[in-house]
Order: sequence, then C-alpha cells, then structure tokens
Amino acid sequence: MKRLPQWAWALAVLALVLLFNLVLTPGFFHIEQRDGRLYGSLIDILNRSAPVSLLAIGMTLVIGTGGVDLSVGAVMAIAGSVAACLIARPAESPLGGINLHRSTPLILLAALFAALLCGLFNGILVSWLDLQPIVATLLLMVAGRGIAQLFANGQIVTFHLPSFSAIATGSLAGFPNPVWIVLLTFLIFAVLVRSTAFGLFIEAVGSNPVAARYAGVDARRIKLAVYALCGVCAGLAGVIGTADIRGADANNLGLYLELDAILAVAVGGTSIMGGRFSLIGSIVGALLMQALTTTILTRGVSPETTLVMKALVVVAVVLLQAPAFRSWAVGITRRRPA
Amino acid sequence: MNRAALRERLPVLITAAVCVAMYVAVGLRFDKFFSLRVFFNLFSDNAFLGVIAIGTTFVILTGGIDLSIGSMMGCASIMAASLMQNGHWPAFAALSAALAFGALVGWCQGALVAFFRLPSFLITLAGLFFCRGVALRISQESVQIDNPLFNSLAGFQIQLPGRASITATSIVLFVVLIVCMFVARQTRFGRTIYAIGGSMASAELMGLKVRRTLIGAYTLSGLCAALGGAVFTLYTSSGDAISGTGLELDAIACVVIGGTLLSGGYGSVFGTLLGVLILGIVESAITFQGTLSSWWTKIVIGALLLMFMVVQKLIERAAARSR
Repeated sequence: MKRLPQWAWALAVLALVLLFNLVLTPGFFHIEQRDGRLYGSLIDILNRSAPVSLLAIGMTLVIGTGGVDLSVGAVMAIAGSVAACLIARPAESPLGGINLHRSTPLILLAALFAALLCGLFNGILVSWLDLQPIVATLLLMVAGRGIAQLFANGQIVTFHLPSFSAIATGSLAGFPNPVWIVLLTFLIFAVLVRSTAFGLFIEAVGSNPVAARYAGVDARRIKLAVYALCGVCAGLAGVIGTADIRGADANNLGLYLELDAILAVAVGGTSIMGGRFSLIGSIVGALLMQALTTTILTRGVSPETTLVMKALVVVAVVLLQAPAFRSWAVGITRRRPA
Repeated sequence: MNRAALRERLPVLITAAVCVAMYVAVGLRFDKFFSLRVFFNLFSDNAFLGVIAIGTTFVILTGGIDLSIGSMMGCASIMAASLMQNGHWPAFAALSAALAFGALVGWCQGALVAFFRLPSFLITLAGLFFCRGVALRISQESVQIDNPLFNSLAGFQIQLPGRASITATSIVLFVVLIVCMFVARQTRFGRTIYAIGGSMASAELMGLKVRRTLIGAYTLSGLCAALGGAVFTLYTSSGDAISGTGLELDAIACVVIGGTLLSGGYGSVFGTLLGVLILGIVESAITFQGTLSSWWTKIVIGALLLMFMVVQKLIERAAARSR
C-alpha cells in the first residue's frame, strides 16, 4: 500500500467539516454568480484564508529548516503601514516625503521591499548571529508593531486608490484576486523547492545541520533565504489585508496571524522539528482553519469558541504526529485484551 | 570571585549596570524622577508583569518557552472578577479558583511537553488560544468589582514619607520574588531545573526526576501567570478578558534582558526583576517626556533585547573558546 501523505489527516478533517455543513448548514454549498464574480460560503473560505495561506507558505520553509518565524504578523503591519502611508502621504508620517505618484505597482514593490528587509533582518540574526529562531524573530514581533506605528504616526491611515484596493477586492474569472495570488505564490514556491535543489537543502538543514554542513550545504545562506522569502510572503499578506479595508491599522493588522500560520503548517503535516515539509499540506491546513472559523460563524456559535476549538485541534494534531504519543497509544491498545 | 563565577554572573551584572545607568540618566533628565514615590511606583505599576515574568523564568531556564502566560493573565483576571461579581463568591474563594485554574492549565501543558516530548512553543501556543477563548466566553466586557473585602485589599498600602507607598500589589511581587529566588537556588526542584536546561540527557542519566520537574516548571509558570492576573485585578479593581494581550512577549523580553539564556541552564530570578525594572524605567521615562508616543516603548525594548542577545552570544562564544 502506498503510504498516505502526512497531510491526509488534515484533508480528512477538512472533508469532515464540509460534510458536516452539507448535512446541517443549509445553503453552505450554494454558489451564485453576480457581476461576473462567484459568491458563497465556499468562495468565502477560499478568499478569507488567503492571508494565512500566504503566511503559511513562507512559514513552511522556515519550519522546514527547523526554525520558526514569530514576526510575520508584525511584518504584515509594517508592509501595510508602508503601503498606506505611501498612498495617503499623511504629513506626520516619516514616509510622507516620498512621492511614488500613487502608482500601484511601485507602492506594492515598496511594501514588499520593506517586508523583504524585515525578513533579511530575521535571517541575519538566525544565520550569522546564530540566535535561536524563536528569540530572533521575537525581536521583530515586539518592535515591528512599534515601527509600523512609527510610520503611520499612531494613526489608522486610510486611503482611496481603487487600483490598489483591487488587489484584495477585485476578481478574475469569477474568483477573488487573493485566491489567484495564493495560487500563483504557491506555484512559484512549489517550482522553487521541488524543481531545484533548494527544497532538498532546506530539509537537509532542518533534519541534521551538522550532516548538511559536511555534505557541503551552506546552512547560513539557506536560512537567510527562507527567512527573506517568509518576510516577502508576510508582506504580500499585509498588502492584501490593507487593500481589503483601504487602510492600515498597525495595532491590529495581522494580530495573532503568526499563530494561525504556525497552526496551519503544523496541521498540514510539516514536521514542527524541521526536516520534512509539505507546501500543499500547509494550504490544506490554512483552508481547514478557515473552514472551521466560517462554520462556527455560520452556525451562530460565538466566535470566541473558535479560539478554544483551534487550541484543541492543534493539540490533537500535534499529539498524533508525535512518535512518543503513538508508541504510548499503541502500548495501551496492545495491553488491553481483545 | 574567580573567573568562571564572574563569567556566569556577567549577564546579570551587565543588566544591573544598565538598570542603574538608565535610572540615573532618566533621573538627571527629568527632575522629580528621583523621588521615593516614583521609585515605589515602578514596583506597583509593574507588579503583574513582574510576577508573570518571574514565574516564566523557570520554564525558560529549562530551555522551554511559555507563550500562554499573557492570555492566562486575562483569563484569571476575568474569572476572578466574574466569580465575585456575578457568582457572588467570596473574594478569597474567587481568587483561589482563578489560581487553581492557572496551575491546572500549566500542569496540562507541562504534562504534554514532558511526556510526549512535544515542542513547548506549540503546546503553549495552543494554551494561548485556549485561555483567551475561555476568558472571552466568560465575559467580553470588563467587569467592575465592588466586593468590600476585595476593595479593602486593593486599597491597602503602607505609607512612606514623601507621599510614597507600598501597595498590596508590590507586596505580592516581593513575596513572589523571595519565594522564587529561594526555590531556584536552595531546593532540589530548582537545581534540577538548571540541570535540565544545561542538558536534558545528562539530567536524565544522573537520575534526576526530569518529567516531574518539567511539569512543575510549567505549573509554576501557569500559577504565576494567574497570580499576575489576580494582581492586575487588584491594580485596576476590575477584570478584563483581553488584558495581557502580547504580555507574554514583554515577560519573555524581561527574562532575556535579565540575563537568562533562552537555551536554558543559565540565569536568575533576580535578573528577571531587573529586566522588569528596566522596562518600567523606559515606560515612565516616556510618560515623563510627555511628547514621545507609546510605540517608542516597543522600539526601545526591541533595541534593548537585540543588544542583550548579542552580548549573550559574545559571552557564549568567549566561553566556548576558552574551554
């Protein structure tokens, strides 16, 4: 028998959640077309999971090297603030002097560049200073929101630029733009890690750094690259979040999303210790998280329950992944007479 | 003091020097800062952070991390307030229930980490969601407390000259500090914690009770987080489910600034208190300044954190070279 992929668990739970809705939530699978765009709960799940999916793609590579990036939420806030300030150019903002002539491509590039710098900062701390990833990225997680607020001068900077808002609110061939952005990012990353040796190097660094070094893998450069890429993914998620609400809220944009992203990656079958990762699994994980949230909202259960549910789901999935728990569970079932 | 002992104490000595230097610098910049009142306010305003950071120091000393402390604080705060206000429980019963809940959640997290060798940041991340969810389930609005015994407890203070006072919250902080310093240095539990942080494999081979101690560390962290929530409730005379958002990071920053290595094995409870004081000095300096905005606190803490991490790394490398 061919071994099931690690993310089969997540897919099964996702199917279960959808099945539950098929039976108990009327109209959950109803999809209608209005003004050339599809609407419905399923489309909503795809659309709303986009920021977490993007974060999860970047996070998958970082966790693959045995690290973790806690700063992605703060990096989202930085990218969002940069974009909003460059468009609205409030007088109090330190970025107010830069004029990009409200050009959406340039503003997008500037926001992603800011996110790339954040990612490189994390990467340098982890690779060259050899700091523990949790600690190194904690730094930007604490200071990042401060920097984002500094850019926006503590305000919620709002703007009106239809071509920029379209990044989140527009649609193409019936599907919302964020869905296409996630698909495109996923394809680029999939090619990058599976058609080149990059993915292999990541797994080598994650599973045994010493052996990887003896095999001639430059762990520092690999780590620098994955944190930089993770930063760019977070920047993209921040741009979507900002374009969606036509404003940047440095305090709340991306708050706790780093946790959702880590959960999505863990649920998706990527080993949290590093050395084995699955991009498609992380996407499934992000969809599962969003499907749970949407289900809870449409069932009229209070939204706080989502937090408790997420906590229980992650403990269950992590337990199922853990070798110590598996052998313990097997021991229990064997001891019991049939 | 011989060189090895000096090197071991170097991080905490640097922290102490930075703490004193910052206190003097801020005091020279703003008059009235060098008053007894401001000095004791440093303790009473940051008592909840101090209690939580001291508790989580034990987890960090084992080489783990506890991210659930911030939301545990919010959960304990709303739980105590709601039991007193809506459930009409006596003050001490309500506070004890909140503390017991904190210890229980901490125990569960510790058991998962110790028995199944699960990564601590992941389990406590789940704990973060769990506690915040439970807190919001209890009440989404903040709950004002008008319990006579509780209010007399909250209003209790020892008057000192110069309009300074030691509040009940600072007394809790001092008691926790002294008890935890004793536990870390003078008990078998404390020594085992340092041994686990140094090398878990060696600790196991030495026959130390690794699992039990790990569970104890997480239980203590959860208990202190709940106690921090109780202190916060005393401080504001109300419970709030979203209080303590992001506090886990402040607490961890205090521990790191206090000279505890995040890889475990080195550090001290007293250093953590110094870290809390540094944070408090930064915050009051920004308040005294008046025109600087609150987000500068985050940036300054980030910069301090970076500085201390680089210093720690340099000390580690120097130690490795001389070995």
